Amino acid sequence: MADIMQAIALLQNACANPKAQMNQYIAAGKSVVGCFPPYTPEELVYASGMIPMGLWGGQSELKLAKSYLPAFACPIMQSNMEFTLNGVYQKLSAVIIPTLCDTLRCMTQNWRFGVKEIPMIPLVYPQNRKSPASVDYLISEYEHVLVMLTTITGNMMTEKALSAAIDVYNEHNAVMREFSSIANQHLDVITPKIRHAVFKSAFFYDKKEHAAIVRELTEGLKQMPEFAFQGKKVVLTGILCEPDGVLDVFEENGVAVVADDLAQENRQIRTDTPTHGGGALKRLALQWNARHGCSMIHEDGKPRGPMLVKMCKDNHADGVVNCLMKFCDPEEYDQPYFEADLRQAGLLCLTVEIDTQNTSYEQIRTRVQTFCEMI
Amino acid sequence: MIEPALEQTKAAEAPAKPKRPKAKSMEMIGEQTKALFESAMLAKERGEKVGWSASIFPQELAETLGLVVLYPENHSAGIAARHQADPFLQECEGPLGYSNDLCAYAKVNLAYATVLAGDSEVELPDGGKMVRPDFLLLTNNICNQLTKWYENLAKQLNIPVFFIDTCYNPWDYVTETRVRYVRAQIDQLIHDLCEFVGKQWNEERFRQIMKVSQRNSYLWERANNLMDHKPAPLSGFELFNYMSCMVCNRGKESTTAILEQLNAEIEKHIADGTSTYPVKEEYRVSWDGIACWPYLRHNLHTLKEYGINMVASSYGKAWAIEYDDLDGMARAYCFASTNGDNATTMIDRRMEALKRFDCEGTIYHVNRSCKVMDCQMMEVQRQLSEQASVPFTSFDGDQADYRNYSEAQFETRIQGLVEVMKQNREAKQNG
Repeated sequence: MADIMQAIALLQNACANPKAQMNQYIAAGKSVVGCFPPYTPEELVYASGMIPMGLWGGQSELKLAKSYLPAFACPIMQSNMEFTLNGVYQKLSAVIIPTLCDTLRCMTQNWRFGVKEIPMIPLVYPQNRKSPASVDYLISEYEHVLVMLTTITGNMMTEKALSAAIDVYNEHNAVMREFSSIANQHLDVITPKIRHAVFKSAFFYDKKEHAAIVRELTEGLKQMPEFAFQGKKVVLTGILCEPDGVLDVFEENGVAVVADDLAQENRQIRTDTPTHGGGALKRLALQWNARHGCSMIHEDGKPRGPMLVKMCKDNHADGVVNCLMKFCDPEEYDQPYFEADLRQAGLLCLTVEIDTQNTSYEQIRTRVQTFCEMI
Repeated sequence: MIEPALEQTKAAEAPAKPKRPKAKSMEMIGEQTKALFESAMLAKERGEKVGWSASIFPQELAETLGLVVLYPENHSAGIAARHQADPFLQECEGPLGYSNDLCAYAKVNLAYATVLAGDSEVELPDGGKMVRPDFLLLTNNICNQLTKWYENLAKQLNIPVFFIDTCYNPWDYVTETRVRYVRAQIDQLIHDLCEFVGKQWNEERFRQIMKVSQRNSYLWERANNLMDHKPAPLSGFELFNYMSCMVCNRGKESTTAILEQLNAEIEKHIADGTSTYPVKEEYRVSWDGIACWPYLRHNLHTLKEYGINMVASSYGKAWAIEYDDLDGMARAYCFASTNGDNATTMIDRRMEALKRFDCEGTIYHVNRSCKVMDCQMMEVQRQLSEQASVPFTSFDGDQADYRNYSEAQFETRIQGLVEVMKQNREAKQNG
């Protein structure tokens, strides 16, 4: 148990102070590259001998960002802009921004002109993944990222290094999936907040190191007797579920998170890069084409609802909490469809508005209480 | 966008003055719009497949196959301008469960589609002339929201989407790898669409359509450029009236006839020293963003009070799309809308317009529906204002949601802009 708590404390500390993590890698001679949500080819950064770190916003008073973004821009982008204009990111060698929504498109330009000291690498993923030409196109985008990374940092990857990086990431995915599964047998220890920290901390670690910590944590959990959880079990969906105050509300009400479809968490680890089928860059492009059920990636048939129903069944969940990021239009378009699918399957769905700048949780508390009563 | 704008223009004229006879080109465009909706009805009656399309989709492809295609963005704008959007917005944000944060064109259309699908009782003010589609034609050169909107329409109506992913351009040009990707999608789309509608692709007809489309693009751009005369031969907002022929009928000879007529009318105004702008043109400004359709009348009235003519718009010219083969088509549609281009391209195009049309100010529409326009607007404003030494103002509005506008704010902002333009002019005159 002591080892488990130690591992958890390590991961929670990384989430609480990502800057310390960054400084530690930089002190060890590594360059750190900031990776915007929701997806970037971290493997390219890793294979070039650098550390990719996720930039998913956080609480901050918005002042400088207001010169770039209107009030109805997504809170993650608002705080990323605020942080960078405040110098929080100044030690980053570069940032990669994928243009997966309209606000992200604009963020590439705001960064380009507003943050001249940190070079920005734009990445435009293909959305028509049924087109075979999307693979070659994405490879060319990745090559562009690599050329810019090399030009900016002087670090260049090799085919062997990229293959090894893909293996590290696939292994990390497997470790996280196993953790997610084992955690459900120990919902007394793995509270919603801890589960979140285990996932989120992956953005602030070398993935090999993170996998080692989480593996140890999972092994520790396996040694413990299974816990018979008596509360309500939910699946989270959305971009992310923060600040921690929201997760505290779940815990207060005896709600456990048994699976998630959050862009910050499970969507990061549920799609492996194929181990065969071409060179490493091509395989990485094929991974993009295999991603499924994400609001930011075009797919026919609105598959997210059936996917959430299956997740609930597989994990014996009582319902879904839709963590609807404020002003996130891709998520807003999916909401009516997956809610209808869940209703049809007899599952409850609670939507809570997520604003990472929030400091008051009373409204969420009332809604979660009502939701629990309904379950 | 033709019908509402015609109505608005009429309303904008001072009631005391005798009615100006409607320009022949305006009558022609009214007939063309009517004919498009009628042909959609007739096609449905004949059992032919009718499509709905994103507004900067390569319309020439459907035209070559002789398919009737309607345009939801255009249609939603019309509903909004006629002040008929409310029941659709309420339906969308209520029973349908959509957030009010979403694009109001999409909200109006998704609710309209629900009525067509028989799942809503909202009364259709136009009798359902936007007939139920059998397929969708999608490009994302305008924004990413269109992709989600069409995903939902496809699911709701159980119809296929034919999609060309045009890719955002973070660079100052369209990379060749984008051209290859887009070209491959065009080839695939032609194949799939032919199969779906049971028609053969005719290369010769495509070449003819392409020629017509190119001629129309030239005429459209020419008409826009003639606004550089002083005073401008038209009231700038009138050009919005003609956009429907470029959005919906770009590959048609009827559009050539309309635009030739329009050019001739403009030339006559220039030769006669007349203008359709109802008062003396005191100030020339550019307009950034989509028209604020629900309040076009109020916009016009306010601007007219100060003699402000909107002689340049960043938006209408997106449909002046030039190319001469399929590769060129791929490149052109990737680069058509500045929404799909980086800030440098956006600023360059606006800078060119400010100079060419000798604008003394810019009005930015902070369109609540359009994050892709708004989320980099402040940086564009700063740079453009500095480079061009032209003041600007902005106002909060919406392309289709009447709830996101304040008449008082618009009036105050325009008043402020006029004061700065006046000071600038005086300073210039005083050396």
